[in-house]
Amino acid sequence: MEKENLFGKTLTELQAIVADLNLPKFVAKQISDWMYKKRVSSLDEMRNISKQAKELLAEKHKVSFTSFSNVQESMDGTKKYLFPVKPMQFIEAAYIPENDRATLCVSSQVGCKMGCLFCMTGKQGFQGNLTSGEILNQIFSLPEFDKLTNIVYMGMGEPFDNLDEVLKSIEILTADYGLGWSSKRITVSTIGIIPGIRKFLNQSNAHLAVSLHNPFEAERKQLMPIENVYHLPKVLDEIRSFDFNNQRRVSFEYIMFNGVNDQTRHINELARILNGIKCRINLIRFHPIPGTPLETSSNETILAFQAGLKKKGIVTTIRASRGEDIFAACGLLSTKELVKQQKNEEY
Amino acid sequence: MGKAEKIALQKTTLLSSIEIAKHVFVLSFSRTEDFRPGQMVALALNPNEPFRLYSIASGNTQNEYRILFNIQTEGFLTPKLAELKAGQTVYISKPFGSFYGTLENDWWIAAGTGIAPFISMLESGMGKNKTLIHGGRSKESFYFADRIRALLDGNYIQCSSVLKQEGIYPDRLTTYLENLEYLPTDKNYYICGSSQLIVDVRDILINRGVAYNKIIAEIYF
Ligand SMILES: Cc1cc2nc3c(=O)[nH]c(=O)nc-3n(C[C@H](O)[C@H](O)[C@H](O)COP(=O)(O)OP(=O)(O)OC[C@H]3O[C@@H](n4cnc5c(N)ncnc54)[C@H](O)[C@@H]3O)c2cc1C
Repeated sequence: MEKENLFGKTLTELQAIVADLNLPKFVAKQISDWMYKKRVSSLDEMRNISKQAKELLAEKHKVSFTSFSNVQESMDGTKKYLFPVKPMQFIEAAYIPENDRATLCVSSQVGCKMGCLFCMTGKQGFQGNLTSGEILNQIFSLPEFDKLTNIVYMGMGEPFDNLDEVLKSIEILTADYGLGWSSKRITVSTIGIIPGIRKFLNQSNAHLAVSLHNPFEAERKQLMPIENVYHLPKVLDEIRSFDFNNQRRVSFEYIMFNGVNDQTRHINELARILNGIKCRINLIRFHPIPGTPLETSSNETILAFQAGLKKKGIVTTIRASRGEDIFAACGLLSTKELVKQQKNEEY
Repeated sequence: MGKAEKIALQKTTLLSSIEIAKHVFVLSFSRTEDFRPGQMVALALNPNEPFRLYSIASGNTQNEYRILFNIQTEGFLTPKLAELKAGQTVYISKPFGSFYGTLENDWWIAAGTGIAPFISMLESGMGKNKTLIHGGRSKESFYFADRIRALLDGNYIQCSSVLKQEGIYPDRLTTYLENLEYLPTDKNYYICGSSQLIVDVRDILINRGVAYNKIIAEIYF
């Protein structure tokens, strides 16, 4: 049987494991110190844990990181790392350095179930949830770990479709026993899964980003099937009901599609539906994916859209395009093909 | 600011449970609310546990809600749902969602239990001039086939890549769509099932000239 990785376990989970083995409670804290503070990648390296305890632990457990299997670097310094998860399953993490910040965009699932029309990950279907350890591995195994200032959960997958593991990973990033980072350095992005939003807002202090992309129900559901289930006004009600203090931010992601969501009526409707929510809108240029019927809005349109929203009093930024030259890389399509070969389809 | 409305679950009693195919069940509950065909309910066995969503598979003139589900091995809810007996308690939400059926000449495409919302539409009198394409693996996975034949005034196409039987297209429904000589581009396409089905079918339709805004999808995530 494969040994279970201790890396990615919360302190409470480690305490349960050591209790099961009749080891003293403090061993759990020692393990978390070695893994999360000293970042060692084997039980052997944990010098203050007795040999006997390590042998007991090693019977069913291990501590290991997985290094990336491929990396591609953009002209602008953005790097896209490919990490193997299971045989023939890969996830991506994008490292984005800018001035005094360095952000890592991490994945939370292999593939995604949400099927958004504009998304490359959606095209590969869903292969599985990442464990907290697999999420954190993208951070801990990053050669630029020491430079990281921010983490965004905006890579492959819908974080709120795997919320328990995402919350565990955030706990380890922010807890005293873990990396002890401020939760203000972490943003989690969702397409608007209401039960997940509620749990996330109650159980963490990280920032929330919601993929909005169109303020009109009938138009949004053509881009994002989730709109059939969790209707945007209800998502916004949920956000409104939560007390965002000055420290915690909510932002809305808005990919600009030519002729689809970039008109004055969209500005007016956005202003109407976001009324009363202290937020920011991030406008994003669309990177076309193979076979997509969508195109990106022109620069002028994006600037005019930003100006229109600002006029309505909404803080609006345009996200700088990064890593465009490596955008289509990293073998997503080949993953899809491999996965298809193994799968037992129901249709 | 008012507190956001939660998806509230109300206690109800299971009226019946029928295993209509291996590991596939139809459950019925007494109906308390109006709904629009295509809507769903949230279900749980305990109000404090996470719920799961199920399309309503009965008509809006019938006096019970029915749902259709298959057991997911290692799933949280479906193995327990399958054990339920009539008279036991479940927690159910009011109907919600907006994958609404219409009276237009729509195309309906589903795989497996994704047929459920279309059954609701058919049972609600929306079967006129529809084309329904259903993908399944075994003969018994064409759930409600008899009801569909009785209620659908249009084309009913069954596709299976494993069954070789007269009247059943002998390949996947995606292959059926790819090879179809004529695929209208002026109709609305409603797709329901797994995310893989949705993205595969949507790609084919778009590739064959259907505008993306004519495609409405319900994903069983
Ligand atoms: C809008 C909507 C409508 C739906 N309608 C229907 C319907 O009409 N009929 C129907 O049958 N279903 C429907 N579903 C799906 C349904 O909501 C449930 O997801 C499904 O029944 C499985 O529930 P479960 O609790 O048994 O499985 P879950 O616990 O949700 O697990 C689902 C699958 O994932 C696997 N899994 C669980 N945990 C993990 C993990 N950590 N990592 C990897 N894999 C994991 C399980 O083995 C299982 O195979 C619908 C979903 C949506 C969103």
